[in-house]
Amino acid sequence: MTTLTDPQPESFRLSMLINDTRYRAYTFQFIALLAIIFCISLLGRNLVTNLEQRGLTLSFDFLGNPAGYDINQRPLEYSNNDSHLRASLIGIINTLIVAALGCVTATIFGVFAGVLRLSNNWLVAKLMAVYVEAFRNVPVLIWILIIFFIMIAATPPPSAFRGDDPSASMLFDAIAITNRGVYIPWVQFSNGFESIPIIPPVFDDPTRFSFFGLFNINVTVWLVLFALGGGIYAAIQAGKYIKANNVEVFALLPAFVRLLVYAIIAFTPFVIVYSLFLNVNGSQPATSLRFSLSLNLIVILLVLLLGLYVSRLIRDWADKTQEQTGERPTVWYWRLGVVFVPLILIFYLLGAYLDYPALRGFNFAGGLTIRGSLIALWFALAIYTGAFIAENVRAGIQAISKGQTEAAASLGLRPGRIMNLVILPQALRVIIPPLISQYLNLTKNSSLAIAVGYMDVTGTLGGITQNQTGRAIESVLLLMIFYLTISLSISLFMNIYNNSVKLKER
Amino acid sequence: MKKTIFLGTLTAVGLVAGAAAAGTLDDVKARGTLNCGVVTGLAGFGAPDANGQWQGFDVSVCRAVAAAVFGDPTAVEFIPTTGKTRFTALASGEIDMLARNTTWTFSRDVDLKFEFIGINYYDGQGFMVPASLGVSSAKELNGATVCIQTGTTTELNLADFFEENNLEYEPVPIETNAEAQQQYLAGACDVYTTDASGLAATRATFENPDDHIILPEIVSKEPLGPLVRHGDPEWGDVVRWTLNALIAAEELGVTSANVAELAEGTENPEVNRLLGSEGNLGEMLGLEADWAKNAIMANGNYGEIFEKNIGENTPIGLARGLNAQWTEGGLIYSPPFR
Repeated sequence: MTTLTDPQPESFRLSMLINDTRYRAYTFQFIALLAIIFCISLLGRNLVTNLEQRGLTLSFDFLGNPAGYDINQRPLEYSNNDSHLRASLIGIINTLIVAALGCVTATIFGVFAGVLRLSNNWLVAKLMAVYVEAFRNVPVLIWILIIFFIMIAATPPPSAFRGDDPSASMLFDAIAITNRGVYIPWVQFSNGFESIPIIPPVFDDPTRFSFFGLFNINVTVWLVLFALGGGIYAAIQAGKYIKANNVEVFALLPAFVRLLVYAIIAFTPFVIVYSLFLNVNGSQPATSLRFSLSLNLIVILLVLLLGLYVSRLIRDWADKTQEQTGERPTVWYWRLGVVFVPLILIFYLLGAYLDYPALRGFNFAGGLTIRGSLIALWFALAIYTGAFIAENVRAGIQAISKGQTEAAASLGLRPGRIMNLVILPQALRVIIPPLISQYLNLTKNSSLAIAVGYMDVTGTLGGITQNQTGRAIESVLLLMIFYLTISLSISLFMNIYNNSVKLKER
Repeated sequence: MKKTIFLGTLTAVGLVAGAAAAGTLDDVKARGTLNCGVVTGLAGFGAPDANGQWQGFDVSVCRAVAAAVFGDPTAVEFIPTTGKTRFTALASGEIDMLARNTTWTFSRDVDLKFEFIGINYYDGQGFMVPASLGVSSAKELNGATVCIQTGTTTELNLADFFEENNLEYEPVPIETNAEAQQQYLAGACDVYTTDASGLAATRATFENPDDHIILPEIVSKEPLGPLVRHGDPEWGDVVRWTLNALIAAEELGVTSANVAELAEGTENPEVNRLLGSEGNLGEMLGLEADWAKNAIMANGNYGEIFEKNIGENTPIGLARGLNAQWTEGGLIYSPPFR
């Protein structure tokens, strides 16, 4: 018989928090956490007491007051009687406009410069190297100012177009390039639908409670935001699940139906919660958020999308025929036809005509105005960020082994097709991740807009509104939330794209 | 290690933020210099001269306050502020006072919690256009492109004026006067609008001032004056009465030339009280008895400061107009020294 002493059941002793390596880490982390909480609450208390001493409290009520100032570039209808909230909204849209234009143009610049920098042509390669180094190493603000001042000095003022013998004339009698901006002809509809004005309803929120007298926490708003976030999270999870389990039925659906399903998953909780509050709390029209829905645009977009979809079906049919018979039917005129014939028809039915800019009074009127401030900011951001993207593209291309190029060449592919069909698709997975951060940089750099008087959200909410109301802390908080949301959204979408192009490992 | 430094910095920031609440006058005396917020550069009102010394109408108020507090008009640290940064600079304590063509409005006084200590220039918003434009009234400006300095009352007045007269316009917001000048001269805007005094000062620096006209319409009341933070009445009194001393000195005929002589004692009891040879006004303010004498000696009385910087014999060439003494039909008026 053997006597086996059971090991003593381990009991937890307080000293183990210091002496036992298993617990020590937790102890120190806990102490560090306490210290951080202490410091943050100290700063918070300081803020509260200092604000109290000055008799100021944090409040976002100023957003509802009339703004009183005018904005030159108004993507939505706006007058100086509108609220600060509406002015901020105009600023937000202006930021998005310049960010979107900038990202697209920067990508084009970047891909061209990146590919050409690796060219065998000595002159082209060196020229691109000079472009990249010159633009990458000078601050973007300087580029914005240089381009703006060159534009102002080099282009004629509108008054130069006036008189019997003007010193400047319009390009093709259609485009006027002045130091206030570029005026181009734009499509108008003589026979189009009326736009529908929409004033979205918002709920009254009776459930607020005060947070240390600092600011009011709005329970309902948080619930709505929570529903929105939850929905988007659910959609992402659903996407992952479908991908992981290879749900075949789903994969057979056309792309836009799949997108629709995701959108429904993402936004249904939000819509339900929102309409619930509308009913429970009572609603009021939010004139600050009004917009007009252009039916013409929707009709044209629908026709275009449908045409593209049918064109794709024709391509699939051609691919199938080629696989079965080995011969590809000539379908390019069909594919062009299904896109353009309905589009031209709908333009004709809507009575489309071109509205030409003309000198009226002090300025050109009619057509579409692209202001100098937008052009300078857009061009400067694009060409600056393009230099960084060029380096990403070059890195991506050089990451692909030379064997790929040689193998493709031995198949008889021409250099252009090697780049497009073999190298770039593989390089994309190296290029995309740094590209995301370049897009984020461009969007954040757009806040330098005020240097050229472009009214982005930093110019309206963070500039004039903040200055006229003196609500610096609130305005900056809102700005931070806005830029954070935009940056995270860009990240999200680019990551989805990245997942779709990255190397599939099975 | 890194974490320790970070936390230490956080704590230090917290402590500093907590400690900034003593009397401004004591702070200024302890520091030995006055931190005065001024314009980034506006000829006649506040701009560095060829030697890098700040000169101008508003700058003289800073110098007078420094002279009243220290007896030394050069004990001033000038901090240039833009239309956007000026209020934050004052509210945060970076500057002790702001003497920078700032309009006294209800919301700045009440909502932003500042204390305007008086008015040193009665102004109004005007419009400047190139003479070649052929415009003689602001009401003919329908559709014009207008350069404005952002962060000022002018952009609100402008919106009001154009709406009232049912005119369209295109605003071009600009950060500083220098940039506005550049855009206006290049023809990127048809009109430049700001306070009429500022327009005159800007026009004076042009190569051909006569090619530009200032339209007759004055679309707003712009009482400009120095300001301090709310909540420190003692400091507010020092700045207020220094300005009043300059104004009263002109009314009483005290100039930089005769102030030393008059300070010995005169027949006029108000002059004696002002210059400290009678009564104890300086002590009441927490300053030396000769505070007002020093303030006046710094740049002269209100009239002298006006004539030297922006008066009719300077390139800016502004008439006294509303800014004449009340005895001469103007609005400049100091409460009695008693």
